[in-house]
Amino acid sequence: MSELIRLSAADLADKIHKREVSAVEVTQAHLDRIAAVDGAVHAFLHVNTEGALAAAAKVDEQIAVGEVASPLAGVPLALKDVLTTVDEPTTVGSKILENWLPPYDATVTERLRAAGVVILGKTNMDEFAMGSSTENSAYGPTHNPWDLERIPGGSGGGSSASLAAFEAPLAIGTDTGGSIRQPGAVTGTVGVKPTYGTVSRYGLVAFSSSLDQAGPCARTVLDAALLHEVIAGYDPMDSTSINQPVRPVVEAARQGATGDLKGVKVGVVREFRGEGYQQGVIDCFDAAVQQLRELGAEVVEVSCPHFKYALGAYYLIAPSEASSNLARFDAMRYGLRVDGGALGELSAEEVMSLTREAGFGPEVKRRIILGTYALSAGYYDAYYGSAQKVRTLISRDFSAAFEQVDVLVAPTTPTTAFKIGERIDDPLAMYLNDLCTIPSNLAGNAALSVPAGLAAEDGLPTGLPVMAPALADERMYRVAAAYEVARDAAQGGPLINRVPELEAISR
Amino acid sequence: MPSISRDEVAHLARLARLAVTDDELDLFAGQLDAILNAVAQVSEVSQQDVPPTSHAVPLTNVFREDVVRPCLTQQQALAGAPAAEEGRFRVPRILGEEQ
Repeated sequence: MSELIRLSAADLADKIHKREVSAVEVTQAHLDRIAAVDGAVHAFLHVNTEGALAAAAKVDEQIAVGEVASPLAGVPLALKDVLTTVDEPTTVGSKILENWLPPYDATVTERLRAAGVVILGKTNMDEFAMGSSTENSAYGPTHNPWDLERIPGGSGGGSSASLAAFEAPLAIGTDTGGSIRQPGAVTGTVGVKPTYGTVSRYGLVAFSSSLDQAGPCARTVLDAALLHEVIAGYDPMDSTSINQPVRPVVEAARQGATGDLKGVKVGVVREFRGEGYQQGVIDCFDAAVQQLRELGAEVVEVSCPHFKYALGAYYLIAPSEASSNLARFDAMRYGLRVDGGALGELSAEEVMSLTREAGFGPEVKRRIILGTYALSAGYYDAYYGSAQKVRTLISRDFSAAFEQVDVLVAPTTPTTAFKIGERIDDPLAMYLNDLCTIPSNLAGNAALSVPAGLAAEDGLPTGLPVMAPALADERMYRVAAAYEVARDAAQGGPLINRVPELEAISR
Repeated sequence: MPSISRDEVAHLARLARLAVTDDELDLFAGQLDAILNAVAQVSEVSQQDVPPTSHAVPLTNVFREDVVRPCLTQQQALAGAPAAEEGRFRVPRILGEEQ
């Protein structure tokens, strides 16, 4: 196994830019790793070997003439299969888009290419990003490198698993209700949901437009910050894009890494503990908060009384928007068409219904039906209308909290990674995974998850989420980077180094 | 407490253009009933005088400059079509027998 795959993105970039190693060698090392372990992990739906090597060769040519496209030029990345790519299929984990080759690149894809970031391939995900375990992928589940019998989180389980399996040093996720942060927590990796509107949604296949947000995934806080600055920024192609400069998150991560949090006020959300929370998760969280105190932060308890309504509001708003967004899959312009081989005998409506029945999996169908119900005349006020009021109340809770403190913390997810198949028959139990992550999607503020430690009872990773006000993403990077340094010092090295050796497991 | 019947689920599936099977209806009706019972908690705030939030970022009427810009070619637009003919999307008949 090449040592290159163990390096951080920042270190890889440094070696590539100093020409100690070529971008092609780095890309080849990761492609070799994917070939060796992805049979067991299944993080990737598609690997673009030729395209990745060509992109890496181009970076090497540029460096040879003294041009470095960005601080991450030449570093490989795993891209969630929800962002369009002209040179690779984009399936969203669904049969309805099997083999679909999009006619345009997403803005995030374009920015990655322009920055010289090498896209290795597309990662597995819950179908249309609906799920918390990646078991809802039409192409089979992804396995958690910490224990291959367990889920890697979801919906971005392919992205989180690719990082923990050392198949890629960087990945892109999308977070509608926690789909970046929860997979980060259960795989011992860093996942960031930037402020809503700061990373373009153009070319991001829509699930719930008012909540969807792409963001960086990495093994270190600094790597996530470097990737954040590559993908963020105003985009006129997204009408909800915020026209403001990118926040100085790299500077904040470097500042945080000096290990000083004096003058920073951290709020612990009182509502996020108690029944349903695994003891090891609570213990890791409490230890992390103690470490923040030791770094000089002032820690106070804050109350966000309306967060208890967040889960209900989310599972009304997200399915409602999904039922509308997924109406575009009508078997006419692109994607699957099921017509029994007899175009002309069946009507357009019949073809549409048969196609959607065959192309969508059970969770997508459940959510479309739920959304159709919530938007129906007679139920609208009680369900969708109330959910929108909850959204206001949650934003007010955040505003009140951020008047007292700079950042908020809570456990990322109530439990560590569960076994594949354990919750698949109980959609409601599955929804509870997102309990702690959803409020930031409803309010649109910035939030991340940084690895916190291993739970005592099962030895599996937990996450410390840090939440910051909208357009103050740098605050959470500073706190997370400071915590990461203290955690590594206290635990004798990075948490990710304790992931079991995969070859040994898969044999 | 809300409850959703198998017939209602069948009706919603028709509205959503999903040709669901009988087995799916049995399964979904029970699951959706449980989910609705859980999410109905939001109605506790329905009487409060609070403005609704549809979007985290308040934005209205975002326009771009009214200038011609490149778009997909006809070939690109048709590239993913299930069926195309003479540079157009080929679709099933629009009207049913009774119409």
